[in-house]
Amino acid sequence: MLASEASRRILRLGLLSGGFILFAGVIGMIAAFHEREVVDDFISLGQVLLLATPFITSYMAATRLLESGESPRLALAGGLAIGVLSALPTVILLLFNSDDYRYLLDASLKLLPFVAASYLAWKSHAQGNEPRQVAATWLIAALLIGIVSFGFALIFEVKGDLRGVLVNVDRDWVEVVTFDHRRELWTGIGLLLAASAGAGLSGVIMRILPEVPRRALLYGLGITLLVGAFGETVRLILQENLDRDTLRAIFRRDTLRQNAAAMLFIISTFAGFLWAMFGGRAQSEFAALDDSRRHQVRNLGMLLFAALLLALPWLIGRTLSDVAVTIGIFVLMGLGLNIAIGLAGLLDLGYVTNYAVGAYILAVLTSIGPLGLFKGTFTFWSVIPIALLAAMFAGFIFAVPVLRMRGDYLAIATLGFGEIIGKLALSDWLKPLIGGAQGVQNIPKPFLFATELKNPEQLYYIVLVASLVTLFVSIRLNNSRSGRQWMAIREDEDVATAMGIDTARAKLLAFTLSAATGGVAGAIFAAKVGTVFPNSFTVFISINVLSLIIVGGIASNPGIVVGAVVLIGMPELLREFSDFRFLMYGALLILMMINRPQGFIPSKLVMHEVHAGAKPKVSASD
Amino acid sequence: MFRNKSGEFSWVDFTIDVLRVLIVLAVVVGAWNTLSSGRISLAQWVNLLAAGLSQGSIYALIALGYTLVYGILLMINFAHGEVFMAGAFSAFFLAEALNRTGFLNEQPLLSILLMFMFAGLISMTVAVLVERIAYRPLRGSPRLVPLITAIGASFFLQYAFRGLYGSNFKAYPQVRALQGAVQIGDISIPVAQIFVFCSALVLMFGLHWLVERTRIGKAMRAVSENKEVARLMGIDIDWVILFTFGVGGFLAGAAGVINGLFRPQGVNFYMGFIPGIKAFTAAVLGGIGNIPGAMLGGLFLGVIEAIGPNLVLAGLGIPGANQLKDVIAFTMLVLVLIFRPQGILGERLSETKA
Repeated sequence: MLASEASRRILRLGLLSGGFILFAGVIGMIAAFHEREVVDDFISLGQVLLLATPFITSYMAATRLLESGESPRLALAGGLAIGVLSALPTVILLLFNSDDYRYLLDASLKLLPFVAASYLAWKSHAQGNEPRQVAATWLIAALLIGIVSFGFALIFEVKGDLRGVLVNVDRDWVEVVTFDHRRELWTGIGLLLAASAGAGLSGVIMRILPEVPRRALLYGLGITLLVGAFGETVRLILQENLDRDTLRAIFRRDTLRQNAAAMLFIISTFAGFLWAMFGGRAQSEFAALDDSRRHQVRNLGMLLFAALLLALPWLIGRTLSDVAVTIGIFVLMGLGLNIAIGLAGLLDLGYVTNYAVGAYILAVLTSIGPLGLFKGTFTFWSVIPIALLAAMFAGFIFAVPVLRMRGDYLAIATLGFGEIIGKLALSDWLKPLIGGAQGVQNIPKPFLFATELKNPEQLYYIVLVASLVTLFVSIRLNNSRSGRQWMAIREDEDVATAMGIDTARAKLLAFTLSAATGGVAGAIFAAKVGTVFPNSFTVFISINVLSLIIVGGIASNPGIVVGAVVLIGMPELLREFSDFRFLMYGALLILMMINRPQGFIPSKLVMHEVHAGAKPKVSASD
Repeated sequence: MFRNKSGEFSWVDFTIDVLRVLIVLAVVVGAWNTLSSGRISLAQWVNLLAAGLSQGSIYALIALGYTLVYGILLMINFAHGEVFMAGAFSAFFLAEALNRTGFLNEQPLLSILLMFMFAGLISMTVAVLVERIAYRPLRGSPRLVPLITAIGASFFLQYAFRGLYGSNFKAYPQVRALQGAVQIGDISIPVAQIFVFCSALVLMFGLHWLVERTRIGKAMRAVSENKEVARLMGIDIDWVILFTFGVGGFLAGAAGVINGLFRPQGVNFYMGFIPGIKAFTAAVLGGIGNIPGAMLGGLFLGVIEAIGPNLVLAGLGIPGANQLKDVIAFTMLVLVLIFRPQGILGERLSETKA
């Protein structure tokens, strides 16, 4: 590889990482994550974000550089450059934001149009355009860029500071990125540059290390950071099993103490070292076993996993059981929607409809409040089948009109249904029935043999059973006649019709079955919260479910379960995340579609619609 | 009637036909009840119509972005509503600054023009970035793929702008020159509505001129006709597609300012989502891919949304009919997609397009 090409790649990666850090700061992510201490009085999640970005970027850059035969010295220089470049945009914004150097912002906004226009004109000249065209390019570019940058200059001048526009460029952000040196700006900037450069360098050094210590250190770092970030969760789990004094030695409130973190790092690095040394051998020994033994080992694993699932509420306590119930509700919906999206290729964006139908049916039938129709005649158990059937009916009704639509039209039409249901639930028209914006209240908890299942630990089992039943059904559906029909439709509807498949019937079945679990999920949700109101049933539910299917792996049952655990569980456990939840989902949907359309745990029958190797057939640039 | 082309009984057709009859019945009964009760006077109807037209012209401007992109790439740019939001949200700060300096009320026309350009250019940048990052790498892949990235881009943009500018509603300053109403007999029409309608009209004519009369417009038409042949003719397809996204974005940004100026509740990060779906409805109504169709579809949708609840729903005795405005719009969306996917002006789309 040419040196100039290598330096250009380093420049690009560095600016990308710097842009990411700047963006994360400007939208308030860094300051929000700073609230979460990873290691007590040592490092916060925001600082981890700040340093992990150059670390990972330079690690990746070093991989590429070393693979293409560059010297380690160049890689080290590259890491240093990436580290500095990562901090640079943030440093510039810090200067713009400080009282002493605000004139720089004004000056650069006023210079920008001329510089940018000259650059574009120069490019146009380099392409061999005539002078007249070059001049026109300069003029138009200067005018257009000028309007925007002079507009911003005016805005900032009138406002007096950046904060009036960019609400998250505030004191907290400055505190984090200058490592608590808000008053001495240049010290802070120096610290930021040094820390970032150090992170960049250590990324490269990590890559240069031999395999075994590298893997051991990465394990150690990863596990320590993970435990630290989810400190609250870990503490809640340990609280169930450890006595108070031990707990206090490990945690200060919800954060890991420094010596505990150091211990954890040493232990996990050692474990990583052992795994790196001997893990390969264990794997090859497992592969060398004969089939029946391998099955035995696998069955033992499954048994342990089942025992873990059963004992989970005792192990993790009340708060986390509540999260587990929410995850379970989304697993149910994910598996249901997967029948439509994953198996039959029908992109249904109105899945929240079924969820709402299930929830409202349960609410209206069992509520003991003023809106309850029967006031206690119906129990949770007798309403679950009704909710299921009602959701299936709703799925059926909404499916009939859209049977003839394909692809994107279907998606938009179902999205429209979802919005219609939301508006109707809010309307005065249906208020006497379902309570308008206040919704239906006083929904009793389910009873089992005269015990009220009022705790999340108990509700967990309802969700678990429902999820397992759904999982079983969807695994069976995969290989059923209908499943095969759906897959045929997914791959090519015309061919499926030609093969004699009644596509209308098959699609209806897909919509109806997929609606069923949505109804059950809604009913369980209603019983869990005790109140049902329209704000719980927005398009965001549908997007949540869609994201977890796409991220986990379309048409892949284990993928969906893992997707739900990660995508639903993480924002619940890391509250700092919840503000950026949909930002993250949106970015994930784009990144997954571009880089890994089959999902993290792909199904073996990867769908054609988003096929892994679906490289552009008619691309304009080839 | 209930038989498909091959003459067999098709229960899907049957259900859809029943649905059609029911809807016509509901509309007729509702309209009859309202009209015969005489609850709403002629002047009120005219006011509703004017409000509908001005709202509809905003939909039309957004719908043009959908139609332009669909005409060229056959994909729904789901994030277009957020492009609209980006311009409206950003231009709020300019409007406020101009108001603070007093320029807004001294030179209302000039400052509004400035805001159009500012918002348009910001929306253009956002649209172009979305194309470059989320759509171009996936060009030519199966059709659901870009739709999913578009949904991702839509939510990403919403929450990115929430992070940038905060989650509060921000109300544009009032422009004094646009207050008041024009009196014609006993009908009074707010100046604001006339202004909205006229500025949308000017922008649409600008677009028409761009597409029909300029070199780049010719290239756009060529690319939408056939990409391969256009490339053989020496047209830089990537540039044309980028330009199309840019033009659509510019119109959306301008629409954002128009909307922001007359939105009493103010602008926020979520303001683009619902208008985005409605504008898509408008684009489909007029026949997607068809530029005059999108304009007509937008106006039509605006009028239906203003008149429909009062005419049909109130006539059917549904309380709080005006809350159900959005329901009317989304029902229109579903109905058009069922009964006339090619739209009012659209020719029958070939299988690949529909």
